[in-house]
Amino acid sequence: MKNKGTVKRILKYAKPYRSSLIFAMIFALLYVVLNLTAPVLIGYAIDNITDKNNVDFNDVAQLLLMVGVTVLSCSVFQWLMGLCINTVSYCTVRDIRRDIFRKFNAVPLRYIDGHPHGDLISRMINDADAVGDGLLQGITQLFSGLVMIICTLGFMLFINPYIALVVVVITPLSMFVAAFITKLSQKQFREQSKTQGEISSYIEEYIGQQKVVKAFGYEERSQEDFEEINSRLLECGKKAQFYSSLANPSTRFVNGIVTAAVCTVGSVSAINGTLSVGQISMFITYANQYTKPFNEVTGVIPQLQSAVAGAARVFALLDEQDQEPDSENSVELTDCKGKIDIEKVKFSYVPEKPLITDFNLHVKPGQKVAIVGPTGCGKTTLINLLMRFYDVNNGNIKVDDTSIYDIKRNSLRSLYGMVLQESWLYNASIKDNIAYGKPDATLDEVKKAAKDAFLDHFIERLPDKYDTMITEEGANLSQGQRQLMCIARVMLCDPPMLILDEATSSIDTRTEIKIQQAFNKMMEGRTSFIVAHRLSTIKEADIILVMKDGNIIEQGSHDELIKKNGFYCTLYNSQFAAT
Amino acid sequence: MFRLRRFLKNYKLQLTLGPVCKLIEAIFELFIPLITADIIDTGVKNHDVGYVLRQGGFMILLGAFGLGFALVCQKSASIASQGFGTEVRNAMFRHINKLSHAELDKIGTPSLITRMTNDINQLQLAVAMLIRLVIRAPFLVIGAVIMAICIDIKISLIFLCASPLIALVLFLIMYRSVPFFKKIQKKLDTVSLISRENLSGNRVIRAFSKQDSEQARLEEQNNELSHTAVTVGRISALLNPLTYVIAQGAIIAIVWFGAGFVKSGDLSQGEIIALVNYMTQILLAMIVVSNLVVIFTKASASAARVNEVFDTVPSVREKSSEYISVDENAPVIEFKNVSFGYADNGHALKNLNFSIKKGETVGIIGGTGSGKSTLVNLIPRFYDTSEGNVLIKGTDVREYPFKQLREKMGIVPQTAMLFAGTIKSNMQWGKKNADIDEINKALKIAQAYDFVYQNPEQLDRPVTAGGKNLSGGQRQRLTIARALVSQPEILILDDSASALDFATDAALRKSLKEETKNMTVIMVSQRVGTVRYADKIIVLDKGELVGIGKHNDLFNTCNVYKEICLSQLKPEEVLNK
Repeated sequence: MKNKGTVKRILKYAKPYRSSLIFAMIFALLYVVLNLTAPVLIGYAIDNITDKNNVDFNDVAQLLLMVGVTVLSCSVFQWLMGLCINTVSYCTVRDIRRDIFRKFNAVPLRYIDGHPHGDLISRMINDADAVGDGLLQGITQLFSGLVMIICTLGFMLFINPYIALVVVVITPLSMFVAAFITKLSQKQFREQSKTQGEISSYIEEYIGQQKVVKAFGYEERSQEDFEEINSRLLECGKKAQFYSSLANPSTRFVNGIVTAAVCTVGSVSAINGTLSVGQISMFITYANQYTKPFNEVTGVIPQLQSAVAGAARVFALLDEQDQEPDSENSVELTDCKGKIDIEKVKFSYVPEKPLITDFNLHVKPGQKVAIVGPTGCGKTTLINLLMRFYDVNNGNIKVDDTSIYDIKRNSLRSLYGMVLQESWLYNASIKDNIAYGKPDATLDEVKKAAKDAFLDHFIERLPDKYDTMITEEGANLSQGQRQLMCIARVMLCDPPMLILDEATSSIDTRTEIKIQQAFNKMMEGRTSFIVAHRLSTIKEADIILVMKDGNIIEQGSHDELIKKNGFYCTLYNSQFAAT
Repeated sequence: MFRLRRFLKNYKLQLTLGPVCKLIEAIFELFIPLITADIIDTGVKNHDVGYVLRQGGFMILLGAFGLGFALVCQKSASIASQGFGTEVRNAMFRHINKLSHAELDKIGTPSLITRMTNDINQLQLAVAMLIRLVIRAPFLVIGAVIMAICIDIKISLIFLCASPLIALVLFLIMYRSVPFFKKIQKKLDTVSLISRENLSGNRVIRAFSKQDSEQARLEEQNNELSHTAVTVGRISALLNPLTYVIAQGAIIAIVWFGAGFVKSGDLSQGEIIALVNYMTQILLAMIVVSNLVVIFTKASASAARVNEVFDTVPSVREKSSEYISVDENAPVIEFKNVSFGYADNGHALKNLNFSIKKGETVGIIGGTGSGKSTLVNLIPRFYDTSEGNVLIKGTDVREYPFKQLREKMGIVPQTAMLFAGTIKSNMQWGKKNADIDEINKALKIAQAYDFVYQNPEQLDRPVTAGGKNLSGGQRQRLTIARALVSQPEILILDDSASALDFATDAALRKSLKEETKNMTVIMVSQRVGTVRYADKIIVLDKGELVGIGKHNDLFNTCNVYKEICLSQLKPEEVLNK
């Protein structure tokens, strides 16, 4: 069975904490047994006080002392059990999270690009939690619940088999009620969480885009739609809540029946002299908590199921193949001149859809390559190949006559300074963000890079200057400022080659002149690839690559391409044709 | 929290019936130990089997009635709490629809979303618990103590000591652990943030070869998270053992002193059993009370956050919803001495004056932060000016009902987002019953017709939330088409062509010009190429209007414009032929 394998793997994950897990089970066993012993001892004590002529203080004292010891040790075991379970489950969750995270940076980029990030995060956060809470705590709960049921029955058989028989007869009722309620409410809960998900995404969409809603006067229509979903949520919410709230009263009712039965049959036996009053008391205490483990056991099963499902999702991610490691004789490339040769490259993201079929390009050190083409033409593909985010299917790419597949990935990537379209910053100070590629940079170096990227005035005006924290994904900076930060980050590293992806498209036009100057200076003597929108950039390039539908369709200098009167020429003229 | 009770007014019946039924059930429950005692003291002592059976039957009867009453209560609770939640949600959605951009910016979308989902769910739970447990649990505790007093006043002293002691332990443990739960949540948020950063910035991280330091950053937070969880677990793990010890200690005391009272004839054996049972009941009820405290603490925080939304008054309000008559001969748009500032951030726009005539195409250009988007946001009255007037057809925008004002405009926002549904349903946003011809016409102008009809599903092609299943360029063209469907008098493109390539951008401008002769078009852009052939170009710099006119004139007279042109074009390409 597949589930069995998953559970086994989780237990393997918990292996470093196996001793804790074993102890948890032992403590659980001791706790249950002692917990059930106390009422027995109290029952015997009560038997020693039948009426005012029959009170044996000595025996009572002795028994009560035993109760005291039992209770104290029972609670100590319960406490220890809790500690052990905590350690096992929290540490296992921690290890799982650590390994998932490692996977994020180890799998081929293809995997990250091909999976919704929300889904991956949910495995890291929710599914990992489900494994900890659900599975590890669930297993212990299941274990102690079963022990509780068996021991209670055992104790009752030991005290009086006939009354125990009464309880056993009623047992199926407990199981039936517990299972019935679980089943009923499970169905409703599924429906409810489905509708809840629907309403959440509706809210997310319409509140997130509230400005569009207003612009189109869509308020009333969205209110109608919302109320419709909301009323469906009301219907299934009412049912789900009602069914699940049946558990407590029904349990009390079943307990009541067991109590009444025990009490009646017990009293009749007492009248016949086969049972003592104290034993009735023991039975009543048992009866009171008899249904509880049944509820726990049935309640824990769906929880376990969803935990196993979560664990399966986690393991699916962890089983994902890491990118191929650097080959053994791969080298570190130092002193790079920036000569690039792309030879007969064939590449596609999916085998069925061939993309680049036969691509050749030779870039001399210091040349500028502009990549142009309509939206969605696959300009980033080239970056993916150059940086080895993706590997070619056929052909070769060489830097300074060395195949990039013979260079260590980290070494290869450090040769490029990259500014992407989506400017990425992380939750740390401005200084840390700029020094991301060179953590040992001094504050002066950081300041210089900021200055070169025309950021220093802005940063100096902030209350915490270079220590200002960047909030989530840089939300406290404007688009332009974020991009300038990325530029400063690259400037600090001073790499031999550059990759700029529409780098300057959203920067203040006037700053842009200066940025352009800084870039031109930076590009001097450096091989650069620019995904460009600006005609001036394009025209200054040594080589222009024209891309369409993922493929490189034209290549050459501006003049050559204009002469060719092809796709580039149309693109170029569309910019200047009067409309 | 209590201010939200207005949403409960339709549920008065359930709010009364529920707790009353629960109370009756609790009273029945309190009788059970007494009946047990009676069976032992009367039935067993007198060897009266008939009596035992009668009382046993009575117990089951009480249980059955109790169950009946409890079911009524649970049903009431589910109706009232879910109904309450539904009404709050509806009201809040309606209220958010009324808020203007300024308030939405202030509270922020993610916060509004949690308030509408998690916070309201929390409140809903609190209402359910209010009905189901708030009366029952304390009543059981007090009832059990009173029953004990009735049985024997002296021995009830044990109850009077043990109950507060259990309460104290519960309080202390909660008091210590609740702050940790907040800390855990915060740590978990950090772990999730780092993960999100690592997914979205995966290329950058690999480009800088920072995998190891990112792993270290995660592990530090991750270790702290598990450490905190273990710490709080250590405190919480005390709860059950401690309360158990106190309750059992009390039972030992009951039996011990009980024995003395039996000896002196003040107490019977059955009564001791009853007292033991009451003690067990108190322990169970107390734990329920402690859970209730947690639920209501959370609910009151949620209530505060929900009320904050309801208390936010829209800063932009319509004067009346009655349509007004306008002067068709006045300029379509006129700004008179307009200044505007976002909350204490100085002026975003300073003293703007200009007018736009019907059918004109106007370009607005300027750097980031020059106030371009702010300017166009004032036209549909998303914000109110700080000073001065914005006039549409000679009438101040503040005189218009929202509907009449915004009907006149088609707006294409900066970020191209669509809504879940189909392409058709998105196209019908501005005009509910727009037919195929109207939609096709808009699609053609927006250069979206071809790609829509290349897909076999055509207009019925599903669109996922935000339009994520379409490319950026496709989304942008569809948002333009969406604005065109209702054939508005004024079309506002807020830097809407940024994701389009030059060819598409040019084709779009060409067809706009040809197909929409009477439409006044306002184009915000950073690209000179987009605005250079406009009838009028407005140049903004740091919120001020520094130039207005045609391309060639502006190039010669306006320094800012000249700089912008030269940053994007070669000198020989600058002038229009």
